Amino acid sequence: MLNQNEIIQTIQMIDQQHLDVRTITMGISLLSCAHSDPKTACGRVYDKITRYAEKLVSTGEAIEKEFGIPIVNKRISVTPMALVAAASDTGDYVPFAHALDRAAKACGVNFIGGFSALVQKGMTDADRKLIAAIPQALAETDIVCASVNVGSTKAGIDMDAVALMGRTIKDLARRTAAQDGFGCAKLVVFCNAVEDNPFMAGAFHGVGEPERVINVGVSGPGVVYHALQAVKGEPFDVVAETVKKTAFRITRMGQLVAQEASRRLDTPFGIVDLSLAPTPAVGDSVARILEEMGLEVCGAHGTTAALALLNDAVKKGGVMASSSVGGLSGAFIPVSEDEGMIAAARSGALTLDKLEAMTCVCSVGLDMIAVPGDTSAETLSAIIADEAAIGMVNTKTTAVRIIPAPGRQVGDSVEFGGLLGSAPVQAVHPFSSEAFIRRGGRIPAPMHSLKN
Amino acid sequence: MKAIVTVLGKDQVGIIASVCALLSEHNINIEDISQTVLQEYFTMVMLVDLSDCTSSIGEVGEALELAGKQKGLSIRIQREDIFNAMHRI
Repeated sequence: MLNQNEIIQTIQMIDQQHLDVRTITMGISLLSCAHSDPKTACGRVYDKITRYAEKLVSTGEAIEKEFGIPIVNKRISVTPMALVAAASDTGDYVPFAHALDRAAKACGVNFIGGFSALVQKGMTDADRKLIAAIPQALAETDIVCASVNVGSTKAGIDMDAVALMGRTIKDLARRTAAQDGFGCAKLVVFCNAVEDNPFMAGAFHGVGEPERVINVGVSGPGVVYHALQAVKGEPFDVVAETVKKTAFRITRMGQLVAQEASRRLDTPFGIVDLSLAPTPAVGDSVARILEEMGLEVCGAHGTTAALALLNDAVKKGGVMASSSVGGLSGAFIPVSEDEGMIAAARSGALTLDKLEAMTCVCSVGLDMIAVPGDTSAETLSAIIADEAAIGMVNTKTTAVRIIPAPGRQVGDSVEFGGLLGSAPVQAVHPFSSEAFIRRGGRIPAPMHSLKN
Repeated sequence: MKAIVTVLGKDQVGIIASVCALLSEHNINIEDISQTVLQEYFTMVMLVDLSDCTSSIGEVGEALELAGKQKGLSIRIQREDIFNAMHRI
């Protein structure tokens, strides 16, 4: 039989260290919903989502009760909408976002992702229409998330799309100015986007995926932080080993929940995403793990090395615990969603430049960062280009989710509430990137030999 | 189905009696009990069998939680699988 200590240890992880399953996400293919009449297509989208995901929330809640593990979010990801809407004779894709919003609300999920376009090598007419619809679509809907993949290691970076996304983010911030540009928190610009990511706002259901699938994202920065408190002052080998063991346990729990959800919903199990996803709650922070390794504050010299170790050890521990690992799988560093990151950014220790360096060694990128409202579209595009270049060259996923909060200056704070937290407005470089962004065209794919 | 019942809180008279009574009401068989009291802090872990249980584990969980709240205790029931997954390969 299990011994009492093991059982109490698990209870403490749940009660005091914020152990939870962050999300059960059902991926649904909408390719079959395409129709020349946009109204018919939207109707099909609504019907298919509500049919497949009808029991997603109630099943999640039942599993929560039986296993005594909180499942924080139940979500849906769908085929990139540009692919579905392409068949429709219309220039306006906003109704498709409304259809997603209605369907997601009917199912009771808290977000739906997939108002997306994949344009790493160029844009189709449908991709352009979708990107043009993003500002209005996200301003008018509540729980729809959008993403655009502008680059990949194989295709290079589509700089026309990068320029367009800078302007799109500005427009979206302006349309949601009353909520400090909240709309931008629902838009991710990717390089090397993955097709089976269960986490928002960047989730979509890739074309290589089956009809429907269950993907699960686990979490547990608090558990890792607590485990590291027991090995204070020990060498890094011990730190890595401790993180691995902890990640193993967390992932086994996620795997169990994923299999159970898959069985009950009669939907194939896809992947477990091994990401350490923080929340704004005290004791659930990735930044505090890095500080526990010996840094005075997250952002100090050494932060990138600490994060590299953490990210790698989480994967090594998690891989063995799950039959199938995928998604983003790495430590997240969303500034507004991490209590320690918020404090570090507020104190000035954590700058945009340091965050950019950190994204070289972890998933996902510059995430949930508020910048001054007068930041130009070209500067936003240049920030996106830098991140995409890091992803492209290092064969990893990078993303930008940045909020140019209208009317806000450095030193102000932007409140999003709930899991999205609050973000101190951070400084961007004042120098212009306008002529650079105006060039357009493509940055070619990088070499895969002669690596240095 | 096997499950683990845990009771945590300040020690007081009748904890085991009330939990056992509640489990028996639902026709749940207790297979193993271990308990300790450390500095007035009471910890009990029970392995129970729900094969003949008359209600769902969710309903039992709610009844236990409610009974716990009245006594200032945290009482929960969880399927055994979750602990096996985390602590056994």
